[in-house]
Amino acid sequence: MTEIIFFINQVVISGLVLGCIYALGAIGITLIFGILRFAHFAHSELMTGGAFIAFLLASAFAAWGIVTPIPTGFVVLPLAMVLAAILALGIDKGFYAPLRKRGARPVTLLIASIGVTLMIQGLIRLFFGAGSYSFFENEPKEIFRIDTSAIGSTRPLVITEPQVLMIVVTLVSVIALHFFLTRSRLGKAMRAMADNADLAQVSGINTALVVRVTWVIAGALACMAGTMLALDVTLKPDLAFNIILPIFAAAIVGGLGQAYGAIAGGLLIGFAETLAVFNWTMLFRPLNAILPDWLQLPAQLALVPTEYKLTVAFVILVVTLLVRPTGIFKGASS
Amino acid sequence: MALIELKHVVGGYGGAPILNGVNMAIDKSDIGVIVGPNGAGKSTTLKAIFGLLKVTGGTIEFGGENVANSLPDKLVPKGLSFVPQEKNVFTSMSVEENLEMGAFTRADDFSDTMDWVYAMFPVLAEKRRQPAGELSGGQRQMVAMGRALMSKPSLLMLDEPSAGLSPRYVIEIFETIQRVNKEGVGILMVEQNARQALAFATKGFVLAGGQNRYTGTGAELIADPEVAKSFLGG
Repeated sequence: MTEIIFFINQVVISGLVLGCIYALGAIGITLIFGILRFAHFAHSELMTGGAFIAFLLASAFAAWGIVTPIPTGFVVLPLAMVLAAILALGIDKGFYAPLRKRGARPVTLLIASIGVTLMIQGLIRLFFGAGSYSFFENEPKEIFRIDTSAIGSTRPLVITEPQVLMIVVTLVSVIALHFFLTRSRLGKAMRAMADNADLAQVSGINTALVVRVTWVIAGALACMAGTMLALDVTLKPDLAFNIILPIFAAAIVGGLGQAYGAIAGGLLIGFAETLAVFNWTMLFRPLNAILPDWLQLPAQLALVPTEYKLTVAFVILVVTLLVRPTGIFKGASS
Repeated sequence: MALIELKHVVGGYGGAPILNGVNMAIDKSDIGVIVGPNGAGKSTTLKAIFGLLKVTGGTIEFGGENVANSLPDKLVPKGLSFVPQEKNVFTSMSVEENLEMGAFTRADDFSDTMDWVYAMFPVLAEKRRQPAGELSGGQRQMVAMGRALMSKPSLLMLDEPSAGLSPRYVIEIFETIQRVNKEGVGILMVEQNARQALAFATKGFVLAGGQNRYTGTGAELIADPEVAKSFLGG
């Protein structure tokens, strides 16, 4: 039983948390691709930038002596998401919209977004330095240790408060997004524009408004993902830049332009990464007692060493592109 | 006063103009059919009316004002609707959602209009929850027309509605167009099945080289030996 609890701690919880963060990032990328037809590389900086916005707000709360029952990072999240949405709108207006107006090709926009990535990362380093910050300098990070001795485990089930909140918040956002896309007029217009932009225009859909709504949603969700990642680990200027490639992989694996695909792709890649680096000996150790001496499990039995975790996303990406080029949910062909 | 009147419209995609002075007038009771050889500017005329390409000369009067170079999100609320020739349904969305998108510019309750469209195309009512991409070519054309009718237009423009349809469906689509017209919607369409379409057209326009070559009622054009010889294949 101890082994199964260890497995849940190491794989199920970590995989779910990582999957949630990937999914939230990938939703933004996939929506932007669906509406504007370009790969928005700077999405990582919307995530990091959003996390820094949340961090500043949380620091301000701490400075004013406001004590909150749940981690301050979550309390300030709605406000940070609004600010990040405004940031996303500003970036579009300042950099991408002028290019679109001139009829720039998607590759030009992609390069522009790499420029935006470097610019925002530079700005963050300029103001915050290259060091890392913690949301939990002024408050404790609560860790729940659920006693599992009742089922015969010597190890407790460990989950932190931010992780619980993260999973709940992601679930709520995904459900909210689902209802927005399937029930609201504007959400349906977004799907229509992703499906067929010319026909959406011909139908009289205000495409400029749809573009703005897309940036608002993408920016807000990126902020949510970045903040949650910073709450789980630490906040640093290259926080999300390090995971932008698996996030892209998640969006492509799910099918570009498909919001549900991004969620599935994010969870798939999150779980695959944690499963791949998990030391399986830890789970199957009890077998050593019945296995003959010459077949004892080695001390390390992970599929890939931890430092190669990122490659897992790419293996899945390449296999998906070979077997099903449009992704799980049949998105635009990439 | 005509519902829509094009006076010497010149326009194109930026390079040399494709339309070199198109004149046209359509009333609410009319079915206008544009025929002509490839590259005559038939589809371009519809696109010019709908603001999808630059009009550099002439006027397009609709509802008493010049709407040249207005964009679709302004034109649709004014009562203009357009069914493109290709890719004219949202394939990933259900039939009902396609229709809702046609009513995007309407703030009022459009359930009456939806019932009206379903009454006109009963097969769509049966398939309302099905993705439009799963329907047959003829049914897709109905979705496309239904979508365009959801804005309650006074003028419906169709770009080759019969393209790629089997003969049985061509007749059905043409009958539907006449039925829509009887319900008080002016029609302006481009057609390859020229003879068949002109047979029920109240106004026919033969375009060539981006200009009107012949104008008359459909019957007149069919009867004109010149038109028949040059444009209707004898």
